[in-house]
Amino acid sequence: MHELAICQALLSQVEEIAQQNRAVRVTRIDLKIGPLSGVVPVLLQRTFLVARHGTLAEEAVLATEEMPPRVRCQGCGMESVVPTNKLLCPNCGDYHTTLLGGDELILASLELQTEDSSYEPLPASADFVEEHRDV
Amino acid sequence: MCETCGCTITSGNKQHAHAIHANSGKDTIEVLTDLLDVNDRQAAHNREHFDAHGVLAINLMSSPGAGKTSLLEATIRNLDKNLRIAVIEGDLETENDAERIRSCGVPAVQITTGTACHLDAHLVHDALHGMDLDEIDVLFIENVGNLVCPASFDLGQHLNVTLLSTTEGDDKPAKYPVMFRESDLVLLTKTDLLQALQGDFDPDKAEKAVRTIGNAAPVFLVSSRLAESLDPWLGWLGEQMSMRPSLHLSRTG
Repeated sequence: MHELAICQALLSQVEEIAQQNRAVRVTRIDLKIGPLSGVVPVLLQRTFLVARHGTLAEEAVLATEEMPPRVRCQGCGMESVVPTNKLLCPNCGDYHTTLLGGDELILASLELQTEDSSYEPLPASADFVEEHRDV
Repeated sequence: MCETCGCTITSGNKQHAHAIHANSGKDTIEVLTDLLDVNDRQAAHNREHFDAHGVLAINLMSSPGAGKTSLLEATIRNLDKNLRIAVIEGDLETENDAERIRSCGVPAVQITTGTACHLDAHLVHDALHGMDLDEIDVLFIENVGNLVCPASFDLGQHLNVTLLSTTEGDDKPAKYPVMFRESDLVLLTKTDLLQALQGDFDPDKAEKAVRTIGNAAPVFLVSSRLAESLDPWLGWLGEQMSMRPSLHLSRTG
């Protein structure tokens, strides 16, 4: 369950950036995750619901974009999207392939609330319980 | 999925999410850094330490019980005596493995992670404070027995070696592609048991599974009980040592 460690690393990075930008809260976090990073997006989502409490991202939406594994064949040069545990060239079958994508674990962007006036958050406790049950 | 922006919305956060979208005073900023940026920076720092002292650092990974500590004991017994070995042991609890290594006459630092399922670069850095890198040529970092989590954390090692024992399935590389894809060497261990296993483990299938995840790394059969079976592994270690340019610098300098 290394997703907790990764989530804590994410949150400390997010808080640092939010503070640098003088944000009052983080409203959205966008990640790009490939299956070969070893991180499961749904587990990260669940962990985030717990780990975000008490941070500037306490009410943030966590969006994860899954990046498919892609390889380039060192033999025939073909670029292909492949299954996670079959990184062979689908064209010629060669196992000498270079991974082009699918191992991403990237904080792509943050949406920050920079003024407090128009924001009306839901009660945090109700929000958490409902989401936790639902996910 | 939220139709407004494509984000992951559950029924629990739906109302909240759309309230946010309706609000102004927001900035979206592009970040594009690795989530494990802090760990990766620490790992790079560790690697600089190793390079500055001419230490080859090898991360040993496997499931629990695949024979990492036994392999290290056999390696210590059989490796060129001029090479100075040290070991960092990672386990949830106990000092047992470090004591086994010390009883072979090699310095060892035990990291007990409590409940954590992997080592990270900071834990390794802390362990380095208990070692004299000038007195070490090869540092083995025996990771926590686990085929999943350790694969995601760079420790600052130069090479990954993954063990797969013959009492496990020969399809494990297909089941745990993240770790096996990142391996610079795969060792099929406990080969002295192959006969007793009556074909349940097929080394050729295991090697094919490593190739199928696009890894061209060598796959060797070893048994820590059979000294001669260790030759390919010891030979590989010797090659890796000679390919370390900083080693030559530190030795001639």
